[in-house]
Amino acid sequence: MKNPQLDADGRLKHLLSIEGLPKKILNQILDTAESFVGVAEREVKKVPLLRGKTVCNLFFENSTRTRTTFEIAAKRLSADVISLNVNASSQSKGETILDTINNLIAMHADMFVVRHAQSGAAHFIAQHVPSHIHVINAGDGRHSHPTQGLLDVFTIRKYKPELHNLRVAIVGDVLHSRVARSEIHALTTLGVPEIRVIAPKTLLPTQVEKLGVHVYHDINTGLKDVDVVMMLRLQNERMNGAMLPSVQEYFKTYGLTQERLALAKPDAIVMHPGPMNRGVEIDSSVADGQQSVILPQVTYGIAIRMAVMAILAGGQAGGTQ
Amino acid sequence: MTSKKITLPDAEVLLLTLAEKIKPMLQPNTALVGIQSGGVWLMQRLLTLLGSTITANNIEHGTLDVSFYRDDYAQRGLKIETRPSQITFDVEGKHIILIDDVFYTGRTTRAAMNELFDYGRPASISLVALINRGGRELPITPQITAADIVLDAHQNLQLIQNSDGILSLELQTSE
Repeated sequence: MKNPQLDADGRLKHLLSIEGLPKKILNQILDTAESFVGVAEREVKKVPLLRGKTVCNLFFENSTRTRTTFEIAAKRLSADVISLNVNASSQSKGETILDTINNLIAMHADMFVVRHAQSGAAHFIAQHVPSHIHVINAGDGRHSHPTQGLLDVFTIRKYKPELHNLRVAIVGDVLHSRVARSEIHALTTLGVPEIRVIAPKTLLPTQVEKLGVHVYHDINTGLKDVDVVMMLRLQNERMNGAMLPSVQEYFKTYGLTQERLALAKPDAIVMHPGPMNRGVEIDSSVADGQQSVILPQVTYGIAIRMAVMAILAGGQAGGTQ
Repeated sequence: MTSKKITLPDAEVLLLTLAEKIKPMLQPNTALVGIQSGGVWLMQRLLTLLGSTITANNIEHGTLDVSFYRDDYAQRGLKIETRPSQITFDVEGKHIILIDDVFYTGRTTRAAMNELFDYGRPASISLVALINRGGRELPITPQITAADIVLDAHQNLQLIQNSDGILSLELQTSE
């Protein structure tokens, strides 16, 4: 089947999910992001690549960090940016997604960054836009959040460059997490040999092992000798019914504390995609501790989003070399 | 069509000529900036060849990858491999010597100048190229070159570095 993310020459056209992207393209995004990191440290924190282009951030679901970092990324590329919280505007008046999109195309938008509570929303939009318009998935339902997965592997690569030697643990609410899915696909494609998921049975998708991960229900065993601990947010707003006895109980059995972190390798790094529930999935002393790279993740997120936009928006006909 | 036979100069010999010509330009407050990739190879070699002058004048150096400033991005997109630009010194008030391998249209120089100004306001920028192959499309020309030749538009002159670090020029002809 044709991959909707790639054009006929195998170049990235839309970024919809990490699943199905070849290693070559993931590395191209990561390497390009490497060049964008330094831009933020200069006198002028901008490059002219997307000058004259219009990027529309379409957020059908709330998000502060993702929207802000996409906005900063587009602005650092010199694009004009419009951010729309759609649930607060036309959609509440009954406009369909495609009508919203078509109106923005009529205003000459060049790129859409889409977040939606429905899995597949970004794919749907990508299928309907004209060929010169690019779509980036900024999170769709439980399905995928590719730029988060990419910024996470970028962060890991910064601190632990030898990916083929790593043991990575993903801890928490995997069931509701599009971030976890994107992380697992990215880590697997880039050759990380051991990925563990640590969660209670009720917060794991059925047949999660098929993604190539090792399942642990006991956090103390699962964290043993890992190089990277990736915490997930407990998604209260996505829980319906009693999946957990209580958040206090969850912290007791799955919260990351200093004592538990000590079971990992002494130089292990701790990550979290944000927003954090302090005292629920992670203890404050760990979140603010020496091993935490949670804030660098945010900084690198901008470089990753710049790289994705720059790769998508450039050149209609075959790249150089 | 008869292709005229061109004898290319030896890049290693040109490098020595270039080093001699650059030497008088090296004053305190000068900085060398190589443009990826050939300009960076040349700069590395010049740092060695002119080592004592460079140390005596406390000359700083850096590298630029102008991918994010190229004027053909809309047509050709980003190249697959970009390298981070590394300018770790303060550009403000510096006399910058830009180093490139082959000077052709002047568009790379324009991109490099635009990028440099995003680091600060230099006192001056000079351009040094190993070889000027003719064909400029902008009002930009190198102050110093080691050789000048005239090539046709369908000819592509490239600086190559082999695994031992030896530089040579290579000419490719497209249809």
